[in-house]
Amino acid sequence: MTRALRLVLLQLRVNIARAAAYRADFIFNGVMTLVSMALALLPLLILFDQRKVVAGWDKPSALVVMSYFMAVEAILEGLINPSLVDLVERIRTGAFDYVLLKPVDAQLMVSTSRQEPWHVIDLAGALALAIYAFGLRGEPPALVDVLLGIALLVTGVAAMYAVFIACAAASFWVVRLDNLVYLLGALFDTARWPVQVFRGVWRIVFTFVIPVAIMTTYPAMALLGRLDGRTALATVGGTVVLLGLARVIWRTAIRSYTSASS
Amino acid sequence: MRSAAARTVRAIPTLLRIGLAETVAYRAEFIVWILTTTMPLIMLGLWTTVADEGPFQAYRSEDFVAYYLAMLIVRNLTGSWVAWQVSEEIRLGTMSMRLLRPLHPMVAFATSHLAAIPFRGLIAIPVAVALLVSSGASALTHDPAQLALLIPSIALGWIIGFACLFALGCLAFLVTQTSAIGNIYFTLFGILSGYLLPLDLLPSWISRVAACTPFPSMLGTPVRLLVHPMARGDALELLAIQGAWAVGAIALALTAWRVGLRRYEAVGA
Repeated sequence: MTRALRLVLLQLRVNIARAAAYRADFIFNGVMTLVSMALALLPLLILFDQRKVVAGWDKPSALVVMSYFMAVEAILEGLINPSLVDLVERIRTGAFDYVLLKPVDAQLMVSTSRQEPWHVIDLAGALALAIYAFGLRGEPPALVDVLLGIALLVTGVAAMYAVFIACAAASFWVVRLDNLVYLLGALFDTARWPVQVFRGVWRIVFTFVIPVAIMTTYPAMALLGRLDGRTALATVGGTVVLLGLARVIWRTAIRSYTSASS
Repeated sequence: MRSAAARTVRAIPTLLRIGLAETVAYRAEFIVWILTTTMPLIMLGLWTTVADEGPFQAYRSEDFVAYYLAMLIVRNLTGSWVAWQVSEEIRLGTMSMRLLRPLHPMVAFATSHLAAIPFRGLIAIPVAVALLVSSGASALTHDPAQLALLIPSIALGWIIGFACLFALGCLAFLVTQTSAIGNIYFTLFGILSGYLLPLDLLPSWISRVAACTPFPSMLGTPVRLLVHPMARGDALELLAIQGAWAVGAIALALTAWRVGLRRYEAVGA
């Protein structure tokens, strides 16, 4: 266990060193992403310029959802996605064999192989947006809500990780299905909006099939002090189920892995 | 010079066949790529909820349905990912192989994308059917002459988008990290082309900025022809603007290629 942890920290250190080698890129990429995120706020601003409330959400609370989206996306792009792109590439070239040969858990190793540390800048942007939203609202969140909001941010990221690793495992069967990760990224864009603004089939899909509600809406509701205990528990439970499922899919996929190099 | 052009023309049927074979070979990948354009559907879900509580500016619920389904069709037919292909080939050095051929790489990329159009059409047809049976049908243009202009308009939109993306890909000649610039491009594209929101819903200063860029000509114009009845003269004017941007975008792409090529380091060669 300690060995695995040491290896994870080592991979992290290598990636920070790599990022530090390109300092100008670090700042440039971070600022560029911040600008594009700010531009992406436009539809929300236009919408709430005309309407006070949409599907029970006013502007400040919708902005809180948006800040959760930015935070989860920053973590996704910074911690999870680079590793998966790396994994798909290794599967295609056959270099994944070397990972399997090592006496540590392969899922842990591939999940932590690459990071892009400049996304901490986006994370700071997300925090600033949340603070601004609560400023608009006029009252700060209660301490217990903050704690629950942070806890659910963690489960939201975990849920997202589970979905992504399950899809990456699919590339064992269908090599070069790395686009699946892009498809998920596109669907994840839905998480910018509170799930309640979608109706009927949409909401069922985004709550249960592709659980974007778990990733941003429920955590935001927790921070706003609106989430009831049952939904909070269901969010945690749903995340655990997703993580378990992802692990099963990963194990099954590994068993049918036929190396590309042999 | 004439022989170079004749050679290119002679190569095109073969290139199209290769492109078709590639698309068939990577069909799973291709379909997933097409499915990635879900943004119009997400926005459709959002804005119909909003419009059901009362029209949003001039837009009723069925106007949003027509707009976003039309957008899905046009985006499907005109989208390309040539920027990634170009920058990836430059980064990995595989571009060298293309330089050996007596054919401009832009033509090679363009034919391989054109070859995929029939498949894109297959995906667009069910969307078109959905549009015709949905509430959005009432908000469509019925003037056959205006609908006929849709074909050149979509073709021009494709050319403008393709050439701009090709130029964007050529940035990889100059800088190693193009992904952040790509992000900015796509954010601007999303807003200024009408992909995220109809351009007339944007604050007026943003629509004015948009009008000075090629972005509306890529997507907004064909969609407008499809959902917005207008005078013949206005429609032709829109098409003329598209034509001008197409010429400009191709010139930009060719310049970017020539300037960039001088800096090419042929990594890995």
